[in-house]
Amino acid sequence: MTQAVNGTPAVSLSGARLSYGDRVLWDGLDLDVQPGEFIAVLGPNGSGKTSLMRVLLGQQKLSAGTVRIGGAAPGKGNRRIGYIPQQRALDPTIAVRGRDLVGLGYDGHRWGLGIGGMRERRQRVATALEAVGATHYADRPVGLLSGGEQQRLRVAQALVGDPSVLLCDEPLLSLDLAHQRAVSGLIDAHRRESGSAVLFVTHEINPVLPLVDRVLYLVDGRFRIGPPERVMTSETLSELYGTDIAVVRVRGQIHIVGTHSDLCEDGAHHTEELVER
Amino acid sequence: MDKLFDFELTGQLLGLPFVLTALVVAAVLGLLAGVLGPLIVSRNMAFSVHGTAELALTGGAAALLLGWDIGNGALAGAIVAALVLGLLSRRSSDYDSVIGVVLAFGLGLGVLMLWLYKGRSSNKFGLLTGQIVGQDFASVALLSGCAIVVIGLLAALYRPLLFASVDPEVAKARGVPVTALAVVFAVMVGAATALGVRTVGSLLVLSLMVTPAAAACRITASPLKATLLAVLFAEVSAVGGIILSLAPGTPVSAFVTAISFLIYLICWVVSRVRRTRVSPA
Repeated sequence: MTQAVNGTPAVSLSGARLSYGDRVLWDGLDLDVQPGEFIAVLGPNGSGKTSLMRVLLGQQKLSAGTVRIGGAAPGKGNRRIGYIPQQRALDPTIAVRGRDLVGLGYDGHRWGLGIGGMRERRQRVATALEAVGATHYADRPVGLLSGGEQQRLRVAQALVGDPSVLLCDEPLLSLDLAHQRAVSGLIDAHRRESGSAVLFVTHEINPVLPLVDRVLYLVDGRFRIGPPERVMTSETLSELYGTDIAVVRVRGQIHIVGTHSDLCEDGAHHTEELVER
Repeated sequence: MDKLFDFELTGQLLGLPFVLTALVVAAVLGLLAGVLGPLIVSRNMAFSVHGTAELALTGGAAALLLGWDIGNGALAGAIVAALVLGLLSRRSSDYDSVIGVVLAFGLGLGVLMLWLYKGRSSNKFGLLTGQIVGQDFASVALLSGCAIVVIGLLAALYRPLLFASVDPEVAKARGVPVTALAVVFAVMVGAATALGVRTVGSLLVLSLMVTPAAAACRITASPLKATLLAVLFAEVSAVGGIILSLAPGTPVSAFVTAISFLIYLICWVVSRVRRTRVSPA
């Protein structure tokens, strides 16, 4: 267990600035994420959402300001961090089972063959597979699984190391509704049980709206942080985008009207889902 | 070809010291190729291995021309090639074409140098199709030394290397030095390839480095089982190829490639049958 020390934010950015040449992605970003908090990171393409992930992973240096993960500088391969990437079809011919993929999340960064810790490893992997309901397909080649099945394995792979921070980079992309709900539900359950902080990059807030504590909305160098009901308003988004935007709430869903296509949230097909909630 | 089934002759030849040496060389090589193979296959490096093998030929030809040891020349050529190819990103779309460009030029140089060489022509031919018999003690020692280093290194790097090979994005996020491992692995493959060039020749080195592993990956998805099967298949191909070639006196590589191809075919059929059975839908 690498639980954050009491009172220490799981993730802390202060005065953070990221720029490429004279292009500023964001500046003066102050954000403390508490253990167990679920933060959605929203914004149009190119607003620096993925770059923020890279900063937290230690793959990208800030231009100014500081970043801390559990009170420490972000190092390469911070063991406290679990990472869930976008669903991308894995090579169907690759000789790896779901069980192996999850096992790599547990100790794939360690040198050696790991023969000593075999039993412990097997146990942890089995538990992680069970938690995401992937046990029955864990011995099939990953390349032959559906996108939703692969993404459940991704969740198990990220959670098996018992991270105190979970970074999710568009993990629901290209999943159908049932799997979107399953995957986000698994992430939510984990942060409630173990107190992991979750940073969830998405261009579509509706599938995770009921889970989100705060939103970080990035647009063109500007940003707002706050609970969804305060950030996802016509007034705030109009200010952020610098143009007239209407935020419409339909049956508990948020729809954004009056922006050009790349920042328009295509959530119309989620209407039925949200009725049940 | 009827000599193929002359078991008496085969038995007699098996007793000869130089044949036994050849078998040891083949066994070591099969082990090396078998353990590296599944990673080569999952990294999509088959063409890069072929490129490395051809450039080992160039290195060998240069050594021949300069009067140096051919084996060391091949080793140097393969490692330089592996470094160059290993530094290329395997994700980039022009990866294959860059290999093609580099290997064609290197091969051209090799042909020129072989033409310039005025010595015995069997030395030239040996680089292409291998020359497993007539390995002296020094080359056996070199091969074994290289094999120990490569296998030791592989054991030390295995988990991160597998992670980086099958899941580079998450591996990188978890702090695995993906790029550095690509270079180290390419050098390991280069060394193994160069040693293979001496045995089965640069034209056919793929039959040990890639075919057994590709066959194994057809029938299992477990990395451990794939490695064990790849070693088994490579051993059967390499050692079996030598034994079969003894009586008819044919080049070893002909039998090595035939056996490994046959194994691949069988595994391919097995995987097809299994897949239609598992998912009738």
